Amino acid sequence: MSKASIGRQTTWVEKALRVALYTVLIIMATVYLMPFLVMLLTSLKDVEEIRTGTLLSLPSTLDLSAWSKAWGEACTGNNCGGISPYFLNSFQIVIPAVLISTLLGAINGYVISLWKFRGSDLFFAALLVGCFIPFQVILLPMARTLGWLGIANTTTGLVFVHVVYGVAFTTLFFRNFYQAIPGELVKAARLDGAGFFTIFYRIILPLSTPIIVVTVIWQFTQIWNDFLFGVAFSGFDTQPVTVALNNLVNTSFGGKEYNVDMAAAIIAALPTLAVYVLAGKYFVRGLTAGAVKG
Amino acid sequence: MNTKAANSGSRKTQSGRPARLSLADWMPKIVMAPTVVVTLVCIYGYMIWTAVLSFTNSRMLPSYKFVGLDQYERLFNNDRWIVALTNLGIFGGLFILICLFLGVVLAIFLDQKIRAEGAIRTIYLYPMAISFIVTGTAWKWLLNPTNGFEKLMIDLGFENFKFDWLINPDMVVYCLVIAAVWQASGFVMALFLAGLRGVDGDLIKAAHLDGANTFTTYRRIILPSLKPVFFSAMVILSHIAIKSFDLVAALTNGGPGYSSDLPANFMYAHTFTRSQVGLGSASAMVMLGCVLAILIPYLYSELRGERHE
Repeated sequence: MSKASIGRQTTWVEKALRVALYTVLIIMATVYLMPFLVMLLTSLKDVEEIRTGTLLSLPSTLDLSAWSKAWGEACTGNNCGGISPYFLNSFQIVIPAVLISTLLGAINGYVISLWKFRGSDLFFAALLVGCFIPFQVILLPMARTLGWLGIANTTTGLVFVHVVYGVAFTTLFFRNFYQAIPGELVKAARLDGAGFFTIFYRIILPLSTPIIVVTVIWQFTQIWNDFLFGVAFSGFDTQPVTVALNNLVNTSFGGKEYNVDMAAAIIAALPTLAVYVLAGKYFVRGLTAGAVKG
Repeated sequence: MNTKAANSGSRKTQSGRPARLSLADWMPKIVMAPTVVVTLVCIYGYMIWTAVLSFTNSRMLPSYKFVGLDQYERLFNNDRWIVALTNLGIFGGLFILICLFLGVVLAIFLDQKIRAEGAIRTIYLYPMAISFIVTGTAWKWLLNPTNGFEKLMIDLGFENFKFDWLINPDMVVYCLVIAAVWQASGFVMALFLAGLRGVDGDLIKAAHLDGANTFTTYRRIILPSLKPVFFSAMVILSHIAIKSFDLVAALTNGGPGYSSDLPANFMYAHTFTRSQVGLGSASAMVMLGCVLAILIPYLYSELRGERHE
């Protein structure tokens, strides 16, 4: 294709390719959207409609009873109070865990990139490995430890676990971000007599808003969506919503109520979906930050 | 990130200055201390602890009677473990290949100055924001043979359509692949799209001037320059595959029988519900070995590349 032909006139071949391109992209978009659409449709039908209709048949009336049942009455295991208490548990776990791990990550990243000491790079490498170990390796010892600390089966215990294993990632995020800050900035501030915390608080933190947003969103999504720690370390009353959802779906008293299952699943997904819709840009940045350098 | 190494020189001179031993000099170490302690204990200490347990005959509670490699021998004589490992091979292999393929193709398609690109990208990526438990729940409903996809096709007129993979021990592992690809392929697309946007525009112009068509330009110039993205994506995807636990728990619960177990589910079942702590620990160590086999070469090349920048 010579340069002159580009843009001057589009041949019918190019037009046909364009149409094919858009067709493929739209079909794929439909495929990605379909499961959520089916969940939504199913949650709005009653059991009879689900039995007689198909996945894509529309509900005859807008029936929200499955939603209220999922929220307040459905049975998860032996407990028939819906998933609302567990939804709140998740917030009780996520909020402190996100705040603490983000703060620790910021301080660690600050030290590792701007206050290097002997061994700090080595430690960073060691921490990096911690991002990637399969958590099965620490599951049992952690369960014993939580028992000794007296916080087994509590939300406090889960906060502790999420902070411990979240710090590796938060440190990585902040460290990569702070690497771009010139060392001269800190040097000059030190010559002016500013101390470790003053520099952090007055100079570094005000620069950190983007990476704080990325880290908070990443941690929120990770911890909210966690299932392994939740199922291993929580008690009956302290389960996060993912564990409760799984119990709800696998509880089989009488007939299967798929509409209630789907409503509960959407409720469990709503907070992270909302974050994604509202702050998608930062979510993607977090996803790619650990993956692609820069 | 090109600026990473740029300022390390200036910091060295700073720490090389004669030290006043004040609180300020200790501060960095003091604030790092909690993380250092926690990392050493809760990552490395626990790793060693689990390694030790894998050499003992621990059952319901940890015991410290050493039995050498007995647990590993039992593990690899255990049919359920072999099924789990085989499943990981099938699941991981297909999951990675399909995600990479879809990711590259969708990224290239989306990179053709598409109208509403932002909206389409958002749709491709949203499953990544959802928990695997929700994904599993949704696909369990979609794939169930009585009311799900099979019935939809039959009602559409394909009367002999059969789709019972979810309850078929030979096929159930492919259900895991479908759900996991749905969840993660958009993420791979995002990785490649970011990579494509970073390719030097002059390079592409030069190729066009030399008479290369779009297809050749992608094959010969653009895709080869994305090798690091392929590498990262593969590491991340294999990492997701090895750690997969929640998807199985929600979608199949390991069934029918244990035909769709993955190693993570084997480990959990034996450690926490079947009182086989020694065996569970051995399986955890094998999982760790798999991850390290992939991770160490990757980190090595990453860190080395950084130093040479």
